[in-house]
Amino acid sequence: MTSGGMPRRMGRSEAASGLAMISPTASYAILLLAAPLALIFIYSFLTDGYLEIIRTFTFANYIEAWTNELYRVVMLRSLMVALAVTAATVLLAFPVAYFVSFYVDPSRKSLWLFLITIPFWTSYLIRVFLWKVILGYNGVVNSGLLGLGIISEPLQWINYNVGAVVVTLAHAYAPFAILPIFVALEKIDRSLLEAGQDLGESRFMTFLRVTLPLAMPGVVAAVLIVFIPTIGDFVTPQLVGGPEGRMVANLIQLQYLKLDNYPLGSAIAVSAMMIVTVASLFFLYLNRRYLRGPGS
Amino acid sequence: MTVKPTMIEFRDVQKYYGDYHALRGINASIRAGEFFSLLGPSGCGKTTLLRTIAGFEGISSGAVLIDGKDAAQIPANKRPTNMVFQSYAIFPHLTVEENVGFGLRRAGLDKAEMGRRVGDALAMVGLTGFGKRAAHALSGGQRQRVALARALILKPKVLLLDEPLSALDKKMREQMQMELIKLQRQVGITFILVTHDQEEALVMSDRIAVMFEGRIAQLDDPETLYRRPKTRQVADFIGTMNFLPATVLSDTPDGCEVEVAGLGRCRIAADQAPPGGNGEETTVGFRPETLTILYDGQAAAARETPGTVEEVVYYGDMTYYDVKLDGVRAAVRLSMRNVPGRPVLDIGTRARVAWSPDALVLFR
Repeated sequence: MTSGGMPRRMGRSEAASGLAMISPTASYAILLLAAPLALIFIYSFLTDGYLEIIRTFTFANYIEAWTNELYRVVMLRSLMVALAVTAATVLLAFPVAYFVSFYVDPSRKSLWLFLITIPFWTSYLIRVFLWKVILGYNGVVNSGLLGLGIISEPLQWINYNVGAVVVTLAHAYAPFAILPIFVALEKIDRSLLEAGQDLGESRFMTFLRVTLPLAMPGVVAAVLIVFIPTIGDFVTPQLVGGPEGRMVANLIQLQYLKLDNYPLGSAIAVSAMMIVTVASLFFLYLNRRYLRGPGS
Repeated sequence: MTVKPTMIEFRDVQKYYGDYHALRGINASIRAGEFFSLLGPSGCGKTTLLRTIAGFEGISSGAVLIDGKDAAQIPANKRPTNMVFQSYAIFPHLTVEENVGFGLRRAGLDKAEMGRRVGDALAMVGLTGFGKRAAHALSGGQRQRVALARALILKPKVLLLDEPLSALDKKMREQMQMELIKLQRQVGITFILVTHDQEEALVMSDRIAVMFEGRIAQLDDPETLYRRPKTRQVADFIGTMNFLPATVLSDTPDGCEVEVAGLGRCRIAADQAPPGGNGEETTVGFRPETLTILYDGQAAAARETPGTVEEVVYYGDMTYYDVKLDGVRAAVRLSMRNVPGRPVLDIGTRARVAWSPDALVLFR
């Protein structure tokens, strides 16, 4: 008995010290993340009354969120904008990461990474405002083109729409996409690329058969890091989206703060989270299938 | 014996990395079907030279010819050479059979033929049944075999091996050496091995090029290299060599008369003494196994010198002695097989050391 008791007691004290170590973070996460989420989840099944929330269980909020034409359009738009931003960001980030990893002198790589993070030195809000200045009616683009005599009156289609949202978000998230892809490329043993060529493949085929699959974990990380926050972005569509560019976060804000409909706002929020979850799992599934190759 | 055709030829190959002169005029031919080694200390340019054959390294001037064609015109992926990398470079995202079949994509084989070829290649390196394994689940020896199979499946004219055994432990290394020799005889392909391990080069090669500082110091078969090294540097790098100061008394076309410190006057055959002037102060060298300690009761040898045992190193099958010969400043090392009736001597024992002028090599 004594011989068996010793390690168990040691195990318990180890677990206790482990719990003690994570408890600040854990209590932070429970109080400020899990608890509000649970509250929103509960709200989403309650009924909205005038100036109060009636505690009767209902699916009506979800039915409204998924059947009302307006909400469907906005959610679908959010999904499309997030996909477009993700595609644009990752496709533009990959060549940059590839260049820094493969062509920049090793002693200068940290300088390059430093330069890539410079946009983060100003706040996100200011960067969004900058795009407002660039794309606005009297903005940089319009006054530039007017001055050159290329257009006779300011272009209106470049701002306050979905396109402006995509451009602004893609710019804001570019470093987030570059860094994980860069890390994945850095980890590739360069002799693998020589081996690819040694075994008869051209540089391009070696890229497709060796570099790209090995960089895939970084690409998937980049996709998730860009996709998940952009689908729920609030500030950019609010500032440069115009009425056409409203996204799901703006809708939730509208329900909560303008219409005071907490249950419906919650149902839309939970639905949006579900969409993000499904889309993320789909990306992971695609990645797995890609890595397993076309044969199997 | 027919002389085999030349497979690889280096013509005054020079290579600079900026100011650094990595290859300083390499001239050599490697024959078809030969097991050829590039041997030298790290930084001597042996790997660079190998990589010029593979096409991963350009040259500054001169020419590399592969099977009679100027390699400068052929990109790396079109050369009839395949390489086993020092790190093995096994693709971590592929299985063993996908690794081995990697180079077959361009052959456009159907699935059955592809499977058969991969199976044959795996059988050749003793990895039958490992095809479905993930590459990261292999031991060092197995990775090495996968790298070999992956290269040999393409039936290259030349197989390049860049220190392929350096990551293995001693037992495994010796086993792989024998397997590589057998494999090379079986497939008949030219093997070019880069190694810093002189023993490995001696065991495996038909011919060895010893390199120092971007130059080939000597290119010979292992036995010649071991018995008649041309320079002190080569002699020192390959095996153990004792050196004693000597004076050349007379130099004739059929040999040299020398006075060796401690050993006395003797004659060295012409093929072990490069020509030079009389009265020159030089060095002679001899291998530890060419000296013998004579035990009490053994008949006197033609040439023997007395000395005192200074150090004893017991190896099991052999014992190494450092013996200070009378009249010589530094001790010489000699080795004796441990056979019954031949006890290991203690430090301080007086001993009679027999030697032979045939074993002496003169360095200029």
